[in-house]
Amino acid sequence: MAYSDKVVDHYENPRNVGALDKDSADVGTGLVGAPACGDVMKLQIKVSPEGIIEDAKFKTFGCGSAIASSSLVTEWVKGKTLDEAAAIKNTDIAQELALPPVKIHCSVLAEDAIKAAIKDYKAKSGIDDGKAAE
Amino acid sequence: MNVVANNTIGRAPGQPIYLDYQATTPCDPRVVEKMIPYFTEKFGNPHSRTHRYGWEAEEAVEVAREQVAAIIGADPKEIIFTSGATESNNLALKGVAHFYKDKKDHVVTVVTEHKCVLDSCRHLEQEGFKITYLPVKPDGLVDLAELDAAITERTAIVSVMGVNNEIGVIQPLAEIGAICRKKGAFFHTDCAQAVGKIPLDVNAMNIDLMSISAHKIYGPKGIGALYVRRRPRVRLVPLINGGGQERGMRSGTLATPLCVGFGEACAIAKAEMAAEAERLRRLQTRLLGGLQQRLAEIYVNGDMDSRIPGNLNISFAFVEGEGLMMGIKDLAVSSGSACTSASLEPSYVLRALGLDAEMAHTSIRFGMGRFTTDEDIDYAIDHVTKAVEHLRSMSPLWDMHQEGVDLKSIQWAEH
Repeated sequence: MAYSDKVVDHYENPRNVGALDKDSADVGTGLVGAPACGDVMKLQIKVSPEGIIEDAKFKTFGCGSAIASSSLVTEWVKGKTLDEAAAIKNTDIAQELALPPVKIHCSVLAEDAIKAAIKDYKAKSGIDDGKAAE
Repeated sequence: MNVVANNTIGRAPGQPIYLDYQATTPCDPRVVEKMIPYFTEKFGNPHSRTHRYGWEAEEAVEVAREQVAAIIGADPKEIIFTSGATESNNLALKGVAHFYKDKKDHVVTVVTEHKCVLDSCRHLEQEGFKITYLPVKPDGLVDLAELDAAITERTAIVSVMGVNNEIGVIQPLAEIGAICRKKGAFFHTDCAQAVGKIPLDVNAMNIDLMSISAHKIYGPKGIGALYVRRRPRVRLVPLINGGGQERGMRSGTLATPLCVGFGEACAIAKAEMAAEAERLRRLQTRLLGGLQQRLAEIYVNGDMDSRIPGNLNISFAFVEGEGLMMGIKDLAVSSGSACTSASLEPSYVLRALGLDAEMAHTSIRFGMGRFTTDEDIDYAIDHVTKAVEHLRSMSPLWDMHQEGVDLKSIQWAEH
């Protein structure tokens, strides 16, 4: 299978690989996927008191498209409000990376990872706006 | 004649190093050389009986038939040329099942067989035949007692592969053959991956039918053979009808150049098998030892002792196979990972060993062969090690493992 240039670029030069302190109050962590399915993404966001995502880090077990999808969303969420970040759609990710149909699930997982990280952050900081992830 | 030099086969400049010898092999230049005249000046139809062109082609085909027969200890008359092992497997299973269907309606095979065996069995199942799919032990080998117990007086044919294409394990053919003979069922074996790699003798092993492929042994693609025993005689209904060539079992004009190449490939394999196996065993030990020395948490899939030396199937825990292949793009290998297929299901062979889906996702098959060098292996060890280390540094599973988290204790959301 041939990968798009953007997938190759993110795979070879992944943005924002790493970890944030998951116990810190301003950090939300999302862990989605399953080893048995061949992909697991961990996405972490650091949120400012103003509700802006200041930093994002990821670690991913998966194919090139899964790594690229998670790398891309760390770039996209930075500087966004939680609501803006939650509005990122898997179709945007798939389109940006030119993912083939069999790899669409990678973009779905990346979207889930954003939502899971936001949900974790909100749960930690006691925010309940009723429209958190899911 | 100007064929490619041996030292660039599988490592031409700008090309990845070829380590996928179970998928296919390059034609040996000696094979190509033998084939060339049969495309042009010796182009006759080997079935033409009225002139020299035909006689010349026929003679070449019969020499090839002897060469193919010799490598498995058969009589040349028992070799039926086909288009390859897929056709041979179809012909053996469907042909025998159809011929004996009035008295026997049962077939025994194994879950780790090649897709073309399993799919032929599915077709027979749809026609009303009963199929027993035997499991394998965690080492990939069939349990002889289970095999024995599965064969009944209604069993027409038992089909067990000689060497598995993914994990390279060698099934106990002689023991299986003895059981089949005792029970009165024909024994078919798909030896596409076995011929030229391990010594085979159809008589000593009581093999009644054997599928062979040319392109797995440095011969051309598009040709193979089915060995069909004459005494006691095995009969079958042909898949292809026509002029009655190949004892009526496979009509159609033989492809003389392909037959010649196939025959030469067998002759070379027979002459060089022992030395080649020894050399490959050294490379296999070098590759496994090199990786084990530099990487923790790697696991060999399939038995190490009953295994051809040209294969290593390794799971690199916490690193997904397709992701890893992308990181070792200077190596041409294959993976049991789901992501390499459209189905998103990991290898059914690895699953049959009882491997967790997550471990099946992390597997890479290394296939070494005639043109693989020590330098290729050393490069592979270094390249794979660096890629695995890099990917583990960005794997959340590796982190969790390092922290002592049992991944099985986590409630994963399967998607």
